[in-house]
Amino acid sequence: MTILDVRTSGLPAARGPLSEAVAEVLREPAGTALPTPGDADPLGADLQLALALCYELHYQGFPGVDPRWEWDPELLGFRARLEALFEGALRDRVSGGADIAGEFDDLLVEHLPGSGLSHHLVADGTWEQMRELFAHRSIYHLKEADPHAWVIPRLSGVAKAALVAVEFDEYGGGRADRMHSRLYADLLTAAGLDAGYLHYVDHVPAATLATVNMMSMFGLHRRLRGALVGHFAAAEITTGPSAQRMDKALARFDAPAACRFFYTEHVEADAVHEQVLRHDVVGGLVEAEPELAADVVFGIQATDLLEQDFADHVLGAWNSGGTSLLLPL
Amino acid sequence: MAKPTRQVSLELDGPVLVEGPVDLRTPDGKVVHSDRFMVAVCTCKRSKTFPLCDTSHRRKVRDDQ
Ligand code: FES
Ligand SMILES: [Fe+2]
Ligand SMILES: [Fe+2]
Repeated sequence: MTILDVRTSGLPAARGPLSEAVAEVLREPAGTALPTPGDADPLGADLQLALALCYELHYQGFPGVDPRWEWDPELLGFRARLEALFEGALRDRVSGGADIAGEFDDLLVEHLPGSGLSHHLVADGTWEQMRELFAHRSIYHLKEADPHAWVIPRLSGVAKAALVAVEFDEYGGGRADRMHSRLYADLLTAAGLDAGYLHYVDHVPAATLATVNMMSMFGLHRRLRGALVGHFAAAEITTGPSAQRMDKALARFDAPAACRFFYTEHVEADAVHEQVLRHDVVGGLVEAEPELAADVVFGIQATDLLEQDFADHVLGAWNSGGTSLLLPL
Repeated sequence: MAKPTRQVSLELDGPVLVEGPVDLRTPDGKVVHSDRFMVAVCTCKRSKTFPLCDTSHRRKVRDDQ
């Protein structure tokens, strides 16, 4: 297997036949043939990286890659087969239903003692572990809010206006230096890490890639607009308390102000975003399209599932005294 | 011309949502400014960032008792 390095070739290193095939064809002009995914593990590193490569063509692309690949029918067909496996795996593992209020009620109750990543970091985490988490989350936060922007033309009325208002806030209210993605770049730099877009893609495991691929899949498919909105609401509801614990942990490490600011901004912002998402975006969407309630629930449950997988991976590695990353920082 | 009516939403057991930008005057004479499109004002008085809501109003349950 050819090992590619994102820093020299612009593409991440392959992790199996699927990601290798995509990385290979992306170096050719658009139109080159692609393989069938076969029985690849839908949540495994190879399929998740292959999917991340396909999706990235719609975001920033890769240096040296023919931009026409973005709408290449062969590659889109290949991506659709990966997505069918991924979505199928998610649907198999969630409990389903259409009780949005019940799902929100569950998320709005804080369970004590908590067992998540931020609980660990605030109680007995190390600064090195904190930096690992920064690297994992950089895959998403450096494109923070981008996957959600795709849903805008698929919404209407109250839901659309409210989602755009939240996105405006995520994008810094019109000020580039206040964009949440920029605040995260500042956090990385302050923590002595590389703030380059996708710089840590070779470092992160499948579980990290899956959390971002889920957002891209929900965002790019109009059919899944309910799931995207459900995911967004779930993320906004859970961020506030965890951001507060992250800030507490960072205070314990005497971390630079830029690291803490990313989280304190999210404590304040997401207390608002949560309300707007629940009442106006989700509320507005299901009022206009009641049949989407089950998709909203799917988005909430899939988010919870993949966040749990991610936390299990990271805490599992830390609890056995190891690193949660594939490469050292 | 009449000023546009400002929308304020009240959340049961949660914050009051006010369209920003606003200046919030606290009982101890402080003024907290927020220019967010919507501002969540704490009503439970538990917020560590009072007068802004920080989700401390949420119900907590102990699973270990
Ligand atoms: S109302 Fe939310 S913290 Fe007080
Ligand atoms: Fe944000
Ligand atoms: Fe947010």
